[in-house]
Amino acid sequence: MSADVELDRVTIRFGNFTAVNSASLKIRNGEFFSFLGPSGCGKTTILRTVSGFLEPSEGTVRIGGQDMAGIGPNKRPTALIFQNLALFPLMTVADNITYGLRVRGMSREDRARRANELLSLIALPGQGGKLVSELSGGQKQRVAIARALAVEPQVLLLDEPLSALDLKLRQHMRNELRAIQNRVGITFIYITHDQGEALTMSDRIAVMNEGIIEQVGDGRTIYDQPDTAFVASFVGENNPFNGMIAQADDSWAVVETAFGRLRGRNPKKLKAGSNAILFVRPESLRLGPGEEATTIQTTVKNVAFEGNASHLFLKGATNKDITLTVGRQDTHSVPEEGSTTVISYDPQLGLVLPEGKLARE
Amino acid sequence: MSRLFVFLVPVVVIAIFWAMARYESRRIHDPTRKSFFERNGTVLGIVFLLLVGFWTLFLVVLPYLYMVQESFHPKLPPMQRGGPEDFLTLEQYKSFFIQPTDGAVNDTHMWAFVFSIATSVLVTIINFAICYPLAYYMAQAGTTQKVRLLMLALIVPYWVNEILRAFALRLLMATKGLINQALLGIGLVDKPVDFLGLDIGLYVGLSYAYLLIMVFPLYNAIESLDKNQIEAARDLGAPWWRIHKDVVIPYAKPGIASGCTMVFMLSAGALAAPQFLGGPSTLWFTSIVYDFFFQAFNWPRGAAYAFILLAACIAFVMLMLRMFKVSLGETIR
Repeated sequence: MSADVELDRVTIRFGNFTAVNSASLKIRNGEFFSFLGPSGCGKTTILRTVSGFLEPSEGTVRIGGQDMAGIGPNKRPTALIFQNLALFPLMTVADNITYGLRVRGMSREDRARRANELLSLIALPGQGGKLVSELSGGQKQRVAIARALAVEPQVLLLDEPLSALDLKLRQHMRNELRAIQNRVGITFIYITHDQGEALTMSDRIAVMNEGIIEQVGDGRTIYDQPDTAFVASFVGENNPFNGMIAQADDSWAVVETAFGRLRGRNPKKLKAGSNAILFVRPESLRLGPGEEATTIQTTVKNVAFEGNASHLFLKGATNKDITLTVGRQDTHSVPEEGSTTVISYDPQLGLVLPEGKLARE
Repeated sequence: MSRLFVFLVPVVVIAIFWAMARYESRRIHDPTRKSFFERNGTVLGIVFLLLVGFWTLFLVVLPYLYMVQESFHPKLPPMQRGGPEDFLTLEQYKSFFIQPTDGAVNDTHMWAFVFSIATSVLVTIINFAICYPLAYYMAQAGTTQKVRLLMLALIVPYWVNEILRAFALRLLMATKGLINQALLGIGLVDKPVDFLGLDIGLYVGLSYAYLLIMVFPLYNAIESLDKNQIEAARDLGAPWWRIHKDVVIPYAKPGIASGCTMVFMLSAGALAAPQFLGGPSTLWFTSIVYDFFFQAFNWPRGAAYAFILLAACIAFVMLMLRMFKVSLGETIR
């Protein structure tokens, strides 16, 4: 059984501080949905509200169409996986996994059977008798997932569960989580500040900043068509060029920046005279001149070779550098540090958005 | 003769330890290892040795050894000590069970002993029942400000000395005391309740005296429990009492054992509260020991009784630790 989750103008305040400001969205049944945002953006607060540890100050949380007001976390059809996993250290792996079933009064034999089923689901067969401390990080992760799945929740909530793992294991666990979700078919709500995790695993992502949901969409939409300056700068790398719009029509805008006039798409249909930011991603910039109003002249500050690509840091208009990423095929043409160079971009890949807060570096 | 043994035993023990240390260092033989004096310097090394030696020998080992050997001697006037009458005997220990005067079963003392132990167990249970919720609130639930206030409220009453506290409780609980007058005033009872005679004063006094000794080990143990564990259990559907039974109490078990052990030991050895708050017919075991020392001047018998109490308490605590599967090392963590 699986259920959809709906937030209806949910506001959560702690004293004078508004952690989440009128969040409304609908998470579909069986979806892998991520909340992505920097720390302190309110994503964990939303998760705790869905799981029932917090009550919204205003608005409604509905799970499977049912209003959750006044229903405690032990009565909700959700299960939460904690950031530090919160496995019970004094219980064996099997006791951990079946704890939720034990409090529901399931018999010892049924629990043992269920524990074996779940242990094979998480590829740890026969390890039920071990203590949690005898497991590796990735194994603990899987035990936490099994413990949450054991109570057959309709919605599984995950609070940055991969953040404690090292890079290789993290990438492996991403695939594993996705595979488990496909197998059990229930709604997953995933909290992360790691855009890589959000982009690779999720069906849809909500990008949050300072308690506000900035944009909801699938990974491609979030990356290629960000709605706000924050989303553009938070998801993936991006080079912002601030300025005022000199000319604009329904599809294009030309921004007067410190590097002269630069052109980009104008999806928000901004008018001439308004303040805007033109975003060009590092991988969209290329060496050499381009067509009119897409060419920038600057100096190379330093070059960082990263194996599969090289990053050029170029002197920007402010103290923040312009980053340009050169793929493996082009590395022979990388200019020397300190030299003057001309770079340009395809205007299709330049994006003009209204001025707004950028993600902190 | 046997008094020589008091001074001989420490010397022998020290010699054994020294030999063991020598053997150990020769067996491991690590050339980079520095000796005690090389590590601390000669002067400081000697000071350390003297201080530790003085503390263990003169303040801990010798007094107890003296009492042990005293308990195996008959009661004699100072003149005859070391004379022909002075031989080793079990008579003092036997007197706990059988009256030396008439050969009858010494049920007064044995009953006082059982009563003291049983009351101490009861006091420990009462204390745990009061302190566990309190410690849980302070460690996991309360806000910092409220916890500080509560902590202060717990500690300040202990600035008042024990005698004053005991007599204040006595005044409160006396037949014509405040509580009885209030009860009579409301009309709940028609004649005053004899709290002191019923030993209720004793239970209250002892429980109150050792409240802090129970609260702090519990608080320390529960405080280090990850809040997420409690929330995880709750999220998995556990009602509040199951969270305590399955998560909090198993985790806090060493602290619980430590608090209960100390309260039990202190309460079994208490002197002031039982004397001032016990009923007229209540005989507390330590009061008997006290009387042997200071009323009857029968040090051997007093010492024997004190060791019986000590041995019984240790045995009881060990049994409880074994029953609840806690190791002694955990309780002093």
